[in-house]
Amino acid sequence: MRELSLHILDLVQNAIEAGANKVRLDIVEDMSEMDTLLIRVIDNGQGMDDDTCQKVIDPFVTSRTTRRVGLGLPLIDMSTKRCAGYLTIVSTPGSGTVVEALYKHSHWDRPPLGNIVETVKSIIIAHPELNFSYSHTVEKNVFSMVTQELTEILGNISLTQPDVLIWLHEYLTQNIMNLYNSRNLYGGVQDENN
Amino acid sequence: MKTIEDLKRLREQVQSQTSVRQESSKQIIVGMGTCGIAAGAREVMSAILDEIAKRRLEDVMVRQTGCIGMCEKEVLIDVVLPGQPRITYGRVTATDIPKIIAEHVIHGHIVKELVVGKITE
Repeated sequence: MRELSLHILDLVQNAIEAGANKVRLDIVEDMSEMDTLLIRVIDNGQGMDDDTCQKVIDPFVTSRTTRRVGLGLPLIDMSTKRCAGYLTIVSTPGSGTVVEALYKHSHWDRPPLGNIVETVKSIIIAHPELNFSYSHTVEKNVFSMVTQELTEILGNISLTQPDVLIWLHEYLTQNIMNLYNSRNLYGGVQDENN
Repeated sequence: MKTIEDLKRLREQVQSQTSVRQESSKQIIVGMGTCGIAAGAREVMSAILDEIAKRRLEDVMVRQTGCIGMCEKEVLIDVVLPGQPRITYGRVTATDIPKIIAEHVIHGHIVKELVVGKITE
């Protein structure tokens, strides 16, 4: 994956497939002191036992029944290791999983965070019933939001109502740009296939 | 700067325009397993949302699903219209989306050259 935000989409999809109805995404970028970029996804899905936890970064282990190869977590594991970081998975059967991917922020090989706006927008819109919270910290700037806050305001109006879609797009774009003091630091490619 | 307050105002506005919410009966489902994402599912999803906003479609629900085992045909999207079989499109790119939405979602004509499967429910 060319962008970390695509890995994030993948992690959240894993959480949903593990039966979670509550998912928290934290992104913490510390460029000055620790020089780290941390991605953390916490879910309340079915969890995994220790044995499974150790094995999921092996591409030939997957919970999928459609194929015998699962690449999501191995790809993330590989990208963190390439960037002086690590991937940790802590899970309790029956109560959920915490996945943390840590990168050296300034590492030459670190993929850009990419289009996090589209990632967060996809998650919110495709899973309106999911209790999803997103918190993004860049140095001392923080932006956080929860899906429920939006759905409570909207009541019976759908998140795919055209005006709501436009609002959501601008709301996310502006707030995330502000994190970087309006510099386009997160960069990333426009088209994943070119 | 857009705020939550704007959303509240927006709700009032939308509610006064449409007294009864049309039950979202049309569905578009995007395959977003690792395979789908790697093949460009997020860009397809963005294109769908852009098109909904542009054409002001009030009755379309967008959902995502995981890997369904046809990874080589990703990006896969399903279009489900009420009372019609579920149509699966394969190797979809963002540039195919305006066509699928205009012809199938709005007018009910299946875009045959992109279809990989049909499920009668």
